This record gives sequence, C-alpha cells and structure tokens, in this order.
Amino acid sequence: MRNTRATKLLFELSQPGRRATRLPEPDVPVVPLAELLPRESLAADPPPLPELTEPELVRHFVNLSTQNMSVDTHFYPLGSCTMKYNPKRNERLAGLPGMVDVHPYQAASSVQGLLELLYELQQMLAEIGGLSAVSLQPAAGAHGELTALLVAAAYFRDTNQRRLKVLAPDSAHGTNPASAAMAGFDTVTVKSTPAGFVDMEDFVAKLDDSVAVFMITNPNTLGMFDRQIAEIASRAHDAGALIYLDGANMNAILGISRPGDFGADMMHFNPHKTFSGPHGGGGPGAGPIAVNETLAPYLPVPQIVRDGDQYRLDYDRPKTIGQVRSFFGNVGVLVRAYAYIRTHGPHGLRRVSENAVLNANYLLSKVKHIFAVPQGDRCMHEFVASAARLKAEHDASAMDVAKRLLDYGFHAPTVYFPPIVPEAMMIEPTETETKETLDAFAETLFRISEEPADLLHEAPHTTSISRPDEVRAARKPVLSWQGPA
Amino acid sequence: MQPQDLLYAKTHEWVHVREDGPDRFATIGISHFAVEALTDLVFLELPEVGRQVKAGESFGEIESVKAVSDLYSPVTGEVIEVNAGLPDKLETFQDDPYGDAWIAKIKITDEAGLAELMDHAAYQKQCAEEGH
Amino acid sequence: MLRTKSNAPRKAIRVGESSDPVDAPPPRGLTDIMPYIANTPEDQRAMLEAIGVASVEELFEAIPPELRLNGPLAIPPALSEMELTGRIASLAATKQRTTEAGCFLGGGSYDHFIPAVVDHVAARGEFYTSYTPYQAEASQGNLQAFFEYQTLITRLTGMDVSNASLYDGGSAATEAVLMAISATRRHGRVVTAASVHPEYRRILATYLANLETELVTVGTPDGTIDPDELKAALDEQTACVLLQQPNFFGCLEAAESLVQVTHDAGALAVVSVDPISLGLLKRPGDYEADIVVAEGQSLGSPMSFGGPYLGVMACREAFVRRMPGRITGETVDRRGKRCFVLTLQTREQHIRREKATSNICTNQGLFALRATVYLAALGPQGLRETAELCLRKARYAAQRIASEAPLQLAFDRPTFKEFVVRTTNNNVAPLLAAAGEQGFLAGVPLGRWYPELADCFLVTVTEKRTKGQIDALAECLQSRI
Repeated sequence: MRNTRATKLLFELSQPGRRATRLPEPDVPVVPLAELLPRESLAADPPPLPELTEPELVRHFVNLSTQNMSVDTHFYPLGSCTMKYNPKRNERLAGLPGMVDVHPYQAASSVQGLLELLYELQQMLAEIGGLSAVSLQPAAGAHGELTALLVAAAYFRDTNQRRLKVLAPDSAHGTNPASAAMAGFDTVTVKSTPAGFVDMEDFVAKLDDSVAVFMITNPNTLGMFDRQIAEIASRAHDAGALIYLDGANMNAILGISRPGDFGADMMHFNPHKTFSGPHGGGGPGAGPIAVNETLAPYLPVPQIVRDGDQYRLDYDRPKTIGQVRSFFGNVGVLVRAYAYIRTHGPHGLRRVSENAVLNANYLLSKVKHIFAVPQGDRCMHEFVASAARLKAEHDASAMDVAKRLLDYGFHAPTVYFPPIVPEAMMIEPTETETKETLDAFAETLFRISEEPADLLHEAPHTTSISRPDEVRAARKPVLSWQGPA
Repeated sequence: MQPQDLLYAKTHEWVHVREDGPDRFATIGISHFAVEALTDLVFLELPEVGRQVKAGESFGEIESVKAVSDLYSPVTGEVIEVNAGLPDKLETFQDDPYGDAWIAKIKITDEAGLAELMDHAAYQKQCAEEGH
Repeated sequence: MLRTKSNAPRKAIRVGESSDPVDAPPPRGLTDIMPYIANTPEDQRAMLEAIGVASVEELFEAIPPELRLNGPLAIPPALSEMELTGRIASLAATKQRTTEAGCFLGGGSYDHFIPAVVDHVAARGEFYTSYTPYQAEASQGNLQAFFEYQTLITRLTGMDVSNASLYDGGSAATEAVLMAISATRRHGRVVTAASVHPEYRRILATYLANLETELVTVGTPDGTIDPDELKAALDEQTACVLLQQPNFFGCLEAAESLVQVTHDAGALAVVSVDPISLGLLKRPGDYEADIVVAEGQSLGSPMSFGGPYLGVMACREAFVRRMPGRITGETVDRRGKRCFVLTLQTREQHIRREKATSNICTNQGLFALRATVYLAALGPQGLRETAELCLRKARYAAQRIASEAPLQLAFDRPTFKEFVVRTTNNNVAPLLAAAGEQGFLAGVPLGRWYPELADCFLVTVTEKRTKGQIDALAECLQSRI
C-alpha cells in the first residue's frame, strides 16, 4: 500500500545539524580561506540547502518514485513517445566503469574501445537510415532537428543559395517550426489531408526556389505511411530543396524501409524511443542525425574517424557548422542504443517493427468498435482514435478518458495531438507489450465508454492526487518552495 | 461602452475611436467572444507606452493555460496609455470586456487599417461563422 | 543531385569482431528469440485474424514496394546477453580510467565524488522508465522532484526562479543568450570573453550563425576580463554579456564589477558558474546576475565521456516567461491538496510553435533528479566542505607542480579548483603523453582553442584527489619536463 504521508518536501523534512555525507579531513596543509581567495568573493554562509540523513533521503525519494507510472510498472501507450521496455542489460553495460569514469578530454589512445563503439554506432545508424554520415552530438530529437537545419543553412550559404523558408505540415510536431525559427528560417505551413497526408496541391503551390527544407514526419503523426513521399522528395529536389525526415516514428520501419531510400537528405533518430534508451522522466535522450554525402562536410565537430586500426576525434573540418553541445554528445544514451541494436541484429530490428505494427493494428481492430478511428482500418506503429462522439453524446472528453485510464492502472495515450483530429487519443502500444495487455486495455476503454459522465469528469479517483488546478498554477506561478531559507 | 457602438478587427479586438479636435484616439480591447474562446486567462502582456504600432502588428499577448494569442493593433499610431492594473485583474475580461478591460489607448497617426474594421453586425456574423 | 541511391548493394559494416557472419540465415518465426517481444506464433495468428489480414507483410502494404528494403540491413547479427556483455566489456576496458592514478582533467567535466544514494535513487525504474509528466496525477514523483530541484537551484544560485533543466551547460549558456536577446529586444550584439569555455562559445557562434546578432569576444591575456575592455565592447544594441565564474582557466573574475558595467550599458548579465564553487563563493544572485547557467554534471553525475549532462538555468523573476524548457509549479488538486504540475506551457513549442522561447521539449529529468539527491545528500555543510577541499587541494597542487621553471602558473590570479600551467620550454604534448604513460590524466592542453596558450595546460583538482596523487603527479611532471 502507498505511503500517503510521504509528500513533504525535502525542505520541510530538514532539521539543522543533520547530514547524509561526511567528507574526509584535508590531507594538505590548511591555511585560512582569506589567504586563498579575496574576501569580497566569498559568501558569508553556504547556500541554504536542506539537512537530512541518508535514511530520510532514501525513504523520501523511494516513496516519491511510487507516485509515478512508468514502463517498468505500467502499460504506457503514450503515442509518438514509443514507451517500449527498457532492457536492464543496457543499464548494466552503460554503467560499466569504463563507460562512466571516462573524461571527455582523455587522450583518444586511452579510449579506443569507446570510440570504436561510437564509430560502429554511427555506421549502423547510417545503414538503418539509408544515409551516408552521422553526427552523434545532438542531445535530443528537437536538438537534432535544429542541428540538421543548421547544416542545411550552412550548405545553402556555402553554395550561394539564398533560401529562407522551411515548409512543414500542419500536423507536424511543434518542435519543427520552433527549430526552424532558431535556425533563422521562416516556416510556411503545408496543409494535410484528413488522413494526415501531405496535401500535394498545397505543397506544390508553396514550393519554390526560396524553400530550403521540407520537414516531414513519415510515418506521420497519425501513424500512416505517406506513399507520396517519393514524389514529394523528387519535386523538392527538382526545386533544389532538401527533405528532412523527423525520425520520431522510426519504430515502424526498421529494416523495412529506409528514409534515405525514400528521398530524405537528412533525418534524426530518437534513440530513447526507437532504441529503448529509457525516457528518464523527461530525459536524457539523444538526437543523432544522419545526412547524405553532400551534407556530410557540414556536420558538427568532433567526428570520429578511423585511421587504420586507430580511432580519433576529428575537429579539423573546415565546412563544419561548429558545435551544438559541449563535448561529444549523450554518450550514455548512445551506448544503450548500441546495446539494443546489437541485441537485435538485422532480422531482430525488422521483428521489432513488424511486432510494433502488428500490436498497433491489433489494438486498432479492437478500439475502433469503441472509438472512431478516422484514419481507417490500418495503421503503422500507432493510431489516433477520436472521442468526439463520446463528447457529443455523453459529455465526456478525451481528457476524461485519459484520466479514468489511470484509475485502471494504464497510463493515458497522448491526448489532443495531432490537432487535426478532434478529441484525439494517440495510442502507441509498442512491440514489447503482450496480447493480454492489449486485450485488457481495449476492454478497459470499452468499460470507460459506458461509465457515467460524472464519474469520468472527476477521474482519476485512485491516484495520489486528483486533477490539479492548472489555471492557478499558471496565473500565480509558485516555482520554488517559499518557506524559510 | 456598448458593444453595438464599437468597431472590430478580424482578430477580435474592439476599437472605440474618439475625436478631439484634429486628433483621433483609439481605445482597444478584446471582444466577449474572444474572451470566451480563450477560456481561463492567466497572463497578459501589455504594449509599452510610447511604442509606435502599425495596424495588424502584434503589440501584446494574452495567454490561457493551453493557448497563447497575439494582440494585434487594429490601428496605426502611438501607444499613449495602457491599462496597467489589468494583468493583475484578469477576471475583468469576463466581467466587463468593453469597459474596465480596455487594454491600450493609441493616438492614431495614419488611416491605415481603419477602413478594414467591421461594425458590430458584421462582426457578429463573423463570430457566428467561427463558432462552428 | 542530393538524392541517395535507392537500394544499391550495401557493404557490410566492419566491426571489431573478425568472425562476424553478416549474412546469417534469417531466424525462423516472427518472434524467434527476441527477448523483449512477447507475441508467439499463436498470438500472431489470432491477432492477424482479428485484424482481418493474412500476414504481417500485408500490414505494410502502405509502403510502396519500390520504397522497401530488398534485403536485411547490413549490420552485425544479433548477440545474446552473454555475448553482448563480453563485447561491450571489452570495449569498455580503457587503458586509463579516471579512478586509478587520478584524473586531473576538468574544463567543464569533473571527477567529483558521487554518494551511493544518488545511484540508488536514480536506478528506481519508476523514475528512469517514466516520461515527461503530461499526466500530473500519474507523475507526482517526478513533478515533486523537479519542484525540489528548482528550489535547490534557486537556493544555490540566489536567483528567483529555475527551470526543470536543459541539455547541458554549453547549450544552456546559448539558450540564456537567446533569452536575453528576446527579453531586451536587442538583436545587434552579444559580448563574451576568451575566458569563457571555448566550446560554449563555439556553440553560441554556431547558433548565432544564421541570425543577425554579432558575437564579440573580449580578450583575456591576463587570465580574466578587464572591466574597461568589457565596457568598450558594449554598445546600445548589446543584449547581454556571457561570462564564466570561475572562468575556464580556473581564475576568479571580478564578477561584481563586470555585472555593473554590463548593467550600465543596459545589457543583461548571463553568468555561467561552477555549482560546486557556490559552496564558498558569492552566489550570482548576490551580485545581481540576470540569468545564471551551469553545467550540472558536477552535481552527482558521472563524466561518461561528455554526456548525458545537466543544463542548469535560473533567472530573475522578470524573465520567467522568456525562459526555455519545462517548468514545474505548485498548485492544489480538486480536494485542495498541494500538488505539482508542468506550468507556463504557453512558452513552449507544442503551443507556440515557431514563436516558442526555444525548440526544447524535454528536460534532463533523470539528471535533475540526480542533482536533487546529490545536493540534499551534501547539505549546506557538505557542499561547503567539498568546495573547500577542492580549493585547498588545487592550491597545494599548483604550488607543488608549478613552483619553479620550466613549469609555472600562467596567470597571477586567484583560482578555485583549476589552474593553467605554462611550460617555458613548450613541450606540452610530450609532457602530457609521458605523464599518461605513468597512468596520469594530467591536464588538458589549451593549444587547440588558444594558439597563444599552446605552451599551457589546464590542471583540475577535485576533492577526490589525495595528497599522495598530487605529489606523485608533481614528481612525474617535474621529472619528465
């Protein structure tokens, strides 16, 4: 049973004089601090941090952890986030001392094994993406988008082309236009058809020689593969523009279809989704990008290169955009991705996508009898159901359904995205769930659809808190504990 | 002020124009329809006094929990006064959208934009269409 | 021209294991031996029947055949857990680990001690296998931890508000500059100094490359910024000054004067700090900094060859709506119980799209959690003692290593836990290589970033270094020079 008293803040638990760590006595000569640093640079007191013992800390945080839903404890069909199982072997291997006790400025000769691993990962990602070169540096998917757009900008500058526009579909993740703005581009929105495919007429009308990049998510945010992609790419290329593939949905096509083969010039991977890096309550992830040969010289530094049997970090790349993050990248996440890919091999990765798509279609075949699925009977790795009818006939919204699911021990799907579907519930089961779990989830959705609206409006009933007052939080923001320092 | 007596921009700002000798002054707010559509307001960013604005230019922002909207100036001119207490009393938008919830006053320096404003009847029609 | 060749025959990737049969025969069924996939052949049949298709292949009909891959990916074959463990363990067997003779490398990544309680908490599956708390009711553990993190960061820095973290210290510094540009509406210029981490400056230059803002870098030949020189670099269109305290060379800047000069020009002061130093040094809030950023790796996370790390960002209240990244706020639930939610979300990309404060859509949740546990475990006294140990040991090391030619301190400035050593006979590379042969990670050569400091290297001493290790390093360097 839950420890319901365990919600005091660290600061409320603090008692002067308690501590969880003791440091060694100085083993070097001790001189007064004032002789070491100018008096005016010193603080009068140390920062007002809480004071607790180790047992108090452990109980506090372990109790807090039990107030989370997680992949280890619950089905987590959060669409577009690919909440698949996080293998424990990856955790152990990424935590080896030779992986974590390594300084980023150590001589390359002392980290040959790690460089070999990262080099091999670069090559495997290039192969999976069907592209030529990879940068492992970006720290997240959105960071990868930005990096790729900076690469595109550098390429066009280098080739004396003035192209200031990025096209993105209206169904795109919000990061697409936000990344474009940061890279100095203006975003022009391209319409989608009701099935979420690119509206070709609108696309063609907006494509001209001022367009630098078309950013597309394929499979798209409705979990549908846009079969116009080859034509889209060909028209973009004819107009001198580049195709950027948002790789958020790679879990559907591993070993089945490669972005480079269907026309992408650049893409990012989300190793924390596709390659099972844990999501960590919001991060860290990683956002490696792959690009074609023409764009390779513009990738960030350092790049790992292989000279004979030796690996080294190459900073001397005259056309590089520079750097988007300090040091090499989110190596810990990349090691997990490496472990995942090596665990599966070529056939295993294909099995991952086949089962992700099988699970999603199976769940769709059950859910469509409860909630409309406007996109039709088929999907790739995820699908979007609509609670519009429930809302109209029963006055219960997608959000109500989402909240009620929590009571039944399921994490909610992504709700209200993509915005082109009313009362959207985006469901992504992933390949690591059993048929029994999918059956139970569908049965629960059915049960919820029959429940009285009042019960749903007040849901969840069994979680550690009921629905929070978000208006109050935003109107008078309280962003840190206001008690005594 | 009565909503019937005001002019409206497509982007849901209302305008009241007052003449004072050769000068004309616009008082600007947002319509009841816009307030209802935005739902729970949490934040208002006012323009700076003294700022020159063009008709159709964003000169402030209004936020609800889940949405943010630009405030567009319906006229061209100089911001001469803002309702400084309003950001702390956002409930005023609900209580008195055409009175106490005025946002800014602008001294009109150019005709631009004025001709495109709608009267109340035309604006009602637009709202009815958007309501679907 | 830019198209890649579709389905051209692909060369297999060469990997370290020579005996790799790249084209192993395809395994039998749909599930074969994949350890994380549950569907049995029976499940598969039942599921296909429910869907109304004859085969899994049919589910992929939406992908035109010409866009399909016509063979297996050219990547190495699957490994069992035992084989994988052997493979990665062999790659992880580096010649030098930082734990042995001792790591004297720093420059933004530090070998500080990590209490076991940090690893224990961060290894809870409920923390590391959850995601961004979109459903607050099912995420109070993370949300409360982030709220505690934000509170700890405000207390550490003396600032009003903190976000729930960014990627790393380098990109956080750039995000802070972009935030200052937006807050001041000054797009003309950003000023920084040579004493700021060169990689941070490079990130900033990379982000600014396509924007109209000019990046001006003040030189620091004496190791710190001269306030008069900074003043000369500021103009009316300068959005902010980015400085680092202690700076990249380990030296203390005259932070108060620099912030004053910055404010006199109407610009904002963005200060990148070493969080451990705040156990001793004045907090940036004490000298009126506007935005504070830090590399939070020092706070309980391993060096991991550069990442993942933790981007710390805090600012004055006035700028909170310009701040990028997730922010957690306190509120109440329907029964009036205190709880926590993601708030001020209208700043973010999923609502504001191209007008968002940044494209960032996550935080470094797990590493913010690590920092939270770390700071709570140390407490005020623990942090002060850690900072004092770093300072005392670094000063002892500076004295031992660089007391006489040909090794001497490059700058005559007060330092915290790092210092720059000049080799008057200019043989940095062979010296560090020779020390490496003895097992020492002795220092970071500065020539890559500073041609004028090609004869210098940066030495870092954390609380983990013992007098014995320092003495041994000093002897090693002096005997090899």
